[in-house]
Amino acid sequence: MEYAMSILAGLLFAIGVYFLLEKQLLKVIIGTVLLSHGAHLMILTMGGLKKGAPPVLEDYISSYTDPLPQALILTSIVISFGVTSFLLVLAYRTFKKTKTDRVDQLRGSDDD
Amino acid sequence: MMISNSVVLPLLLPFIAAILAAFFPKRMAFNRIFSLITYVVTLLICLFLAQQVFANGALVLETGDWQAPYGIILVADPLASVLIIITQLVALATVLNARQTLHSYEEKAYFYFFFNLLIVGVTGSFLTGDLFNLFVFFEVLLMASYGLIVLGGRKAQFREAVKYILINLFSSILFVMTVSFVYGITGTVNMAHIAQRVPELADNGAITGAAILLFIVFATKSALFPLYVWLPKSYIAPPTAISIVFGALLTKVGVYAILRVFTILFPGLSDFTSVLFLVIAGVTMVFGVLGALSTNNVKLIIAYNIIPSIGFMMMGIGIGTATSYAGTVYYLINDMALKAALFLLIGVLVTLAGTTNLKQMGGYIRQAPWAGWLFFIACITLAGLPPFSGFIGKYLLLQAAFDNGHYLLGAVALLTSLLILFSVLRIFIYGFWGESDDSPPSDSKNAAARFRSIVPAGILLLFTLFLGLGAEFVLPYIDVVSHSLLNPENYITPVLKE
Repeated sequence: MEYAMSILAGLLFAIGVYFLLEKQLLKVIIGTVLLSHGAHLMILTMGGLKKGAPPVLEDYISSYTDPLPQALILTSIVISFGVTSFLLVLAYRTFKKTKTDRVDQLRGSDDD
Repeated sequence: MMISNSVVLPLLLPFIAAILAAFFPKRMAFNRIFSLITYVVTLLICLFLAQQVFANGALVLETGDWQAPYGIILVADPLASVLIIITQLVALATVLNARQTLHSYEEKAYFYFFFNLLIVGVTGSFLTGDLFNLFVFFEVLLMASYGLIVLGGRKAQFREAVKYILINLFSSILFVMTVSFVYGITGTVNMAHIAQRVPELADNGAITGAAILLFIVFATKSALFPLYVWLPKSYIAPPTAISIVFGALLTKVGVYAILRVFTILFPGLSDFTSVLFLVIAGVTMVFGVLGALSTNNVKLIIAYNIIPSIGFMMMGIGIGTATSYAGTVYYLINDMALKAALFLLIGVLVTLAGTTNLKQMGGYIRQAPWAGWLFFIACITLAGLPPFSGFIGKYLLLQAAFDNGHYLLGAVALLTSLLILFSVLRIFIYGFWGESDDSPPSDSKNAAARFRSIVPAGILLLFTLFLGLGAEFVLPYIDVVSHSLLNPENYITPVLKE
């Protein structure tokens, strides 16, 4: 199962990087979203996928799933959610100001 | 117990200031004064913390009383406690200057909120004791810097922001992946605990891979050789007050992370990493200074000069002896204060001239003599002429380089210093000296505004002067820092309490 997850994460990464190299801002943002999903899957895989019951705080449980990767992913998801929404606003404002949504057309002198 | 609790204060006070700034974004007088008081108080607390750390060893705060490898911890070791002092100093200078260099609509667009949050992120990165929280604090400071870089919303800012954000986003994603690799290999994210586990591991290949991935991440953040292209233009796009904090603090957090990770987590550099670091250091110096020589935009010259400084610090990390670490730390401290002062003074010049093109300037020393001469002092400090503080950092680094047989790198460093001097003195000669075309006498209102740039720049330069002339007094402390870097157990033992 870990292998399948690793391949899936790699696939998401590959597609994410492909989109990151696109010229349209919206596609670039989709790329960053895919990249962060790949990273989250990777964290989950790194902790080991299923080893037993959920980590409930009780004395007699000896086999439980590692809670730390899930805590890390939760933090990471919140961060990537914030960044994505910021990027969407930035792309919108960039389009409003520069009248283009293509990265390669955002040229101009420094003093404008 | 009380003292170790106070480790959280340098984070907490700017955070409270940030929250208040978020609630009262239009009350400028309140925000200015409250931020000012916050940073004065935080500076005093940081000085107190440093005094405690140098007297009794590293302070550790286990949040919520969760024992070290399990809970989130804050660690103030000698390196971190020195760096947070300079951070607060730079923050203080920026707050003093913000009112002058920002338009009022920019100031009201949540400047103080983002700025205070940036300081929380920077201070947090210095203080945190686990790798994942390093990522979180990096992300806090990056989010704040994303907000600051587009503050005001001019066209050039959007263009640079897109590049800046995408580069940093990619490296952040790589960072969180690498943290998960490290967790997969060692089973912990606590830095002291990782440091303890790494020597026990049989699988060296995986941990080397993780180390190199971490290096790539921090190299992006600190703008080392192939990954520096995004830096210069994105640092000059926002208003001056923001360039000050960016130039002074952001890349240095990357350097700090490299220093921390490669001294504590993966100590004893292999020959390969050492050579890699030294080559990258040399190439970074050369390319950075070539960039500074290639342009006539005064702000860009200063921004490009950030890059060779990072090269110098990298050189010390690559050599990896007590002298070279001392040189790196000395240079790091000096550079944080100095870059802030340079951006402050260049802000005065740009305001006076109304342009950033060096070719259209001349003779402004008559209107702003203080700014001119302070800039001159900053220039020779940057180039490392004795008796100023840049000299002592460079002297230690060069001594370490020549003692360990890195003659070529030493020669490159000397040549780079010469070219740095040339690149910044060009600003002094053509911008401040030279003919002025019947410049109108400056009115008193402008003079008062300029005062608010010159005073913080003067404070920062006084600090670097103190570092240079008071080297006798400072060096023992730097020695403590470099020895704590050479002996990771000084960090591991207080954290894990064994």
